Amino acid sequence: MSQQKSIVLYLHVHQPYRIRHYTIFDAGSKHDYFGADYDDRRSNEQIAHKVAAKSYIPTNQKLLELLHRHPEFKLSLSITGTVLEQLQQWAPGALKSFQELVQTGRVEIVGETYHHSLAFFYSQAEFEMQVQMHREKVQELFGVTPQVFRNTELSYNNDLAYWADRAGYKAILAEGWDPVLGWRSPNFVYRPTYTNNIRLLMKNYKLSDDIAFRFSNREWSEWPLTADKFTHWLSQSGDATNFNLFMDYETFGEHQWDDSGIFDFLEHMPAKWLENPEHTFMTVSEAADAYQPVDQVDVPHTTTWADTERDLSAWLGNPMQQQAIEALYELQTPIIKSGDFALIEDWRRLQTSDHFYYMCTKWFNDGDIHAYFSPYESPYEAYTNFMNAWHDLRLRAGAQ
Amino acid sequence: MLGWELPPHNSGGLGVACYQLCKALASKGAEINFVLPYTAEHNIEFMKIHAAHPQDVSAVLKAGIAYDSFKYVKNTGEVEYIDILGQSAIYEKAVERIIEDAEFNVIHAHDWLTCRAAVRAKQLTGKPLIVHIHSIESDRAGIEHGGNPLVREIESMSMMIADKIIAVSNHTKKSIVREYGIPASKIDVVHNSFDTESLVPESGANAYKYLTKMKQDGYKVVASIGRLTIQKGLPNLLTAFKEVVAREPKSLLLMVGSGEQYYELINLAAQLGISKNVIFTDFQRGKGYRDAYSIADLFVMPSVSEPFGLTPLESIGYGTPALISRQSGVAEVIKNCLKVDFWDTDEMANQIVSVLRSDALRDELHRNSLSEYERLTWDDSADKLFNLYAHHRTEALAV
Repeated sequence: MSQQKSIVLYLHVHQPYRIRHYTIFDAGSKHDYFGADYDDRRSNEQIAHKVAAKSYIPTNQKLLELLHRHPEFKLSLSITGTVLEQLQQWAPGALKSFQELVQTGRVEIVGETYHHSLAFFYSQAEFEMQVQMHREKVQELFGVTPQVFRNTELSYNNDLAYWADRAGYKAILAEGWDPVLGWRSPNFVYRPTYTNNIRLLMKNYKLSDDIAFRFSNREWSEWPLTADKFTHWLSQSGDATNFNLFMDYETFGEHQWDDSGIFDFLEHMPAKWLENPEHTFMTVSEAADAYQPVDQVDVPHTTTWADTERDLSAWLGNPMQQQAIEALYELQTPIIKSGDFALIEDWRRLQTSDHFYYMCTKWFNDGDIHAYFSPYESPYEAYTNFMNAWHDLRLRAGAQ
Repeated sequence: MLGWELPPHNSGGLGVACYQLCKALASKGAEINFVLPYTAEHNIEFMKIHAAHPQDVSAVLKAGIAYDSFKYVKNTGEVEYIDILGQSAIYEKAVERIIEDAEFNVIHAHDWLTCRAAVRAKQLTGKPLIVHIHSIESDRAGIEHGGNPLVREIESMSMMIADKIIAVSNHTKKSIVREYGIPASKIDVVHNSFDTESLVPESGANAYKYLTKMKQDGYKVVASIGRLTIQKGLPNLLTAFKEVVAREPKSLLLMVGSGEQYYELINLAAQLGISKNVIFTDFQRGKGYRDAYSIADLFVMPSVSEPFGLTPLESIGYGTPALISRQSGVAEVIKNCLKVDFWDTDEMANQIVSVLRSDALRDELHRNSLSEYERLTWDDSADKLFNLYAHHRTEALAV
């Protein structure tokens, strides 16, 4: 029997703790880095309310309907610790709707760092601690244990694959970036070089970005994208086993608004795809189990799913970003040793990659404000806020 | 074209802007008759310059700036005392005479001093009038007071009569709408620009030897360059700098310029207890002016209202990033500047400290602003003006 072809839909859910307007007048006296007023655009509470209402609740409702309607429909989610905490505190209804999805048994939770950090590149111990924290949070809230790993911003290299293999994960996720794949297609399962058991699932960025980025773009020659058209493309790609559609969860309702028709697309796509009995859906670990790796993939340099460069330059590309993150990890020893949990947690929240992304100057410079997704007026303001918080953190840690 | 000054006999940005605009316009084929209120030698070939006054330029230079001199010295050496409104009236008479012989299609007037003459020229010839606003009275005198009612009347009247108004920034356009109730649709924004090649390169050791020495000892320098006048918002900078010094004691503020607030600012620095950290240099030209930019780690322009503001661009050209008030036109042109509301002294201090503490921030800010700076050109501004000329010329012919 010929193998079934599957769509592997994976959505990433994340919200950082945004730093409020935190000045030198606050440093040394106030430690509420993340406590913006509710009507401030940096208010985490306000954003949690908004994104829950616009994206999480309606999308989960749609996904739950689809799960009830199609027994073959499945998907995977990664949900960071920082967003789970915020939903617990400010949008318990949205959290419950995620729990209902997982309870169907057909929604898999993917492991990652609790704080959506770049710790892997700066501190192995801290990285492992955050992965463990995330695992425990997922067990507590969803009653499941992640079997597949993804690192922040889909960052990936051979070392990470080696680590994940040793840690016992079934699979790891990465960008299906052409310079890495060469002539090969992302629509198969691979094995990372230097590993034995773990499988590598690589994002089909063309198909994923058709939904995540181009869906509402009227300049795009394929606009409007219908479920018919999209599943037709997939059916036409002859030699393939798995179509890895990886994207931010907030694509639904937040990046692509309701009036773009994104929810209609989501509603009809599974039925269209499943019209052919050889088609199905799989979660990430099912895909890793179902298909044999066709080749091994060697990724000595770090890739991510961001920008045309697909590297870490959006987070670590300029000296402000590098100095800020290095300064932060310099405080690791005194902060961990302090045993002060509030201090340690603040330090970890500052590790969230978004803070460094806000300091990115490459789009700001090109004048492409729309690509610049930030609650701050400029990357310089983001840096100043962050470093003021860092100065306070250093004082609290008693570091020199 | 009616103007009040041209380099090298200019007191500020107006002369530079007129010169650069005309140069770019002439390169696109515009024939320009430029009328000045004084007689002087110019090394300018791209347009014809007319002297509307028998006033000798040396008197203008001696007075420092053309705007606040009552002493009026004729070419013959004869001295009269005429206030600025009187000078504007003499200019108007002279323009009446000059337009009898000159051929032109459009009247283009820069700022209020030339406006009476411009309106008169329109009245006599029926040619379309474009009034180009580099600053209005409330910019110069402060919004609360509004300035001299006679000046306001001239500005208001000429803008109502003009066929088109050009503002050097959206900031200025808003001020015109606010102060004079002119419909926004009548006002086009043509941003000033900057001729990066006009910047005199640095040479030799920095003129500020004391600051050079202090920097070797770990001090950081913040510079402010401009007239010490109400429009520039300098008391706020001093107030902010007290907070800077409290956190980064090795900070120095270099204040270059002269003006009516000189003593007031010295006194304020003393009251704030930061006299040792604030250095006043008085008015500077040449090397003393250029080196002030380059010695600084950060340039600050805290203006209460700045129609455009060239100094941050000069600063970027000399290697120093800028913190500018949001109430400035240049903030519309350069994105990679730190920006602050002129009244928000806490935020001003916050941003200054951040730069003084971080070379990474300073360098990244400068690197990115420099790439914006290097793209600046007067060509775009000239293109907009050229289209306006063509449009109004056709319209005038059709009437």
